[in-house]
Amino acid sequence: MIVIGALVAICAALVWRRDGIDGVLNILTHDLWLFGEILPRVLAGCLLGAFIAEILPHEKVSRSLGPESGLKGLLIGTAFGAILPGGPFTAYPVAAALLTVGADFGATIAMVVSWTLIGYGRAVAWELPILGTDFTLWRIVISLPIPVLAGALGRFVFVRVYPKGEPPRS
Amino acid sequence: MTLSALIIDITLWGSVAVLGFMAWRRGRVVLVSSMREGSMDFINIMPRIALGVIGSGYIAAVIPPEVITGWLGPDSGWFGVLTAVIAGAATPGGPVVGFSIGAVALKVGGGPPQVIAYVVAWALFAFQRMILWEIPFMPARFVWFRAAVSVPFPFLAAAIAMAIGKP
Repeated sequence: MIVIGALVAICAALVWRRDGIDGVLNILTHDLWLFGEILPRVLAGCLLGAFIAEILPHEKVSRSLGPESGLKGLLIGTAFGAILPGGPFTAYPVAAALLTVGADFGATIAMVVSWTLIGYGRAVAWELPILGTDFTLWRIVISLPIPVLAGALGRFVFVRVYPKGEPPRS
Repeated sequence: MTLSALIIDITLWGSVAVLGFMAWRRGRVVLVSSMREGSMDFINIMPRIALGVIGSGYIAAVIPPEVITGWLGPDSGWFGVLTAVIAGAATPGGPVVGFSIGAVALKVGGGPPQVIAYVVAWALFAFQRMILWEIPFMPARFVWFRAAVSVPFPFLAAAIAMAIGKP
């Protein structure tokens, strides 16, 4: 977060040099407005994540999505990411909740990547109308194997970076 | 408020209600404790989201869109794929901006494999989504890990597109 804060400060200074104080304030008011708009959704996402962490049986999750879940765990993660409704304000809290209740990095990577690449929400709402049916469908077909491959690569790297199975908490 | 935003909010709060009901059926204590947990997460995450929203606005303002379109230029080889991937990660704004840039690139003669790589890279690495959503919500180690193992895949997508000659 410190890095991001520094980056933001530099960019704000650049905007100030280019557009003066008005430019800085314009962006600030617009973004504060946006912040107010997304706050309720963030709250909903946090509640969703907390309920999931509470409801899902940890033992079952770590069996079906944990480090030993194999290809099946990656496929479940992929399917889950593809059908998850909502936007980033649901996907990331839910993914974080899965990590807490025993999913491993691999299955969670499969879920996040699947949500972003083959999730239907963004494709239907934005990609189809802007890029056309032909392109969108081929793009999705080409993307289909990616979540499982990314999850498998994640697992492969994880056991080599953390051979003792270090807990995935920051 | 647009219709799609309304639908999103209804499904979102609907899911919250359904899961809250499921928690309540396990007992009031479960419901109350998970609501407290969720609210604490919300309070902890709020400053980070604030920095993300306000910060990405400034970052987006210093990236001129011509630069992005320039990187998605007519180079049809692997160098074109590489610049498309960088352009995808650097594209500011939401899905409308990303997909529109892809559509413009297709129209002015950009190669479909490069545009595929661009869209996939945008989906995987768009900096604004990572700063605003992924970093605040996920453990930092997960975010870097996820991003690192995702690097090969825009290139793989471009390779598949070249191999099958579609779209």
